[in-house]
Amino acid sequence: MEIINEVNISFLSKSSNESYARVAVASFFTQLDPTVDEITDIKTAVSEAVTNCIVHAYRNTVGKIYITARILDGQYVYIKIRDKGCGISDIKRAMEPMYTTAQEEERAGLGFAVMQTFMDKVRVTSQPYKGTTVTMFKKIRSRNQNA
Amino acid sequence: MVQLEQKEEKLQVLLSGDIDHHTAREMREVIDKRIEEIHPKRLILDFKGVTFMDSSGIGLVMGRYKQMQYYNGEVQVVNTSSHIKRVMILAGLDKLAVFE
Repeated sequence: MEIINEVNISFLSKSSNESYARVAVASFFTQLDPTVDEITDIKTAVSEAVTNCIVHAYRNTVGKIYITARILDGQYVYIKIRDKGCGISDIKRAMEPMYTTAQEEERAGLGFAVMQTFMDKVRVTSQPYKGTTVTMFKKIRSRNQNA
Repeated sequence: MVQLEQKEEKLQVLLSGDIDHHTAREMREVIDKRIEEIHPKRLILDFKGVTFMDSSGIGLVMGRYKQMQYYNGEVQVVNTSSHIKRVMILAGLDKLAVFE
């Protein structure tokens, strides 16, 4: 699919940046004229993915989180969130609802389930000790089809 | 942000702003401290002022539910937007707490 527009941001894996990340990504996609619900869905999915990087990928350390946000031909939202953290050895298990390795932080184990609910497609690739990449897609059924 | 109001055996918690992994930590500390002090029979979590919530909000409600169970109390969740309700139902929280 043809790339219509793109932004790249990177920031440190500090929890105080969670809000910045979801707001920055959501504001980029406002040019598609999405509904309030669609923007909330995007913000929620980004918040989950970024929190995973902070809580799991860079647990007890601080590293960089990289986000690429693209508008693809046909009103498609593409979001890639990448870290260079510890990686996930068993992706299938990590994506199971209620599975968590961070109970002490009261994590519900629903990060991936939320991403899958609010986005059309979620793809996860990971290599232990190299990092994880989460790619999400969503079709925007915006009010302004000429955006 | 958290504002606490005590009415007889009820503890009303007015939550406001965004609930994410960053903000939930402070919220739960403030709420738990008061629960331990007064052992309320009912904890009312009011989401009226909440502008955003991800799954960290689920941890916040589940954790307080466990805390209240310890004191034989119950949890009531009020004023949730349709989005917040969607996140909570995804986690099955409607089965644990009383929703209004």
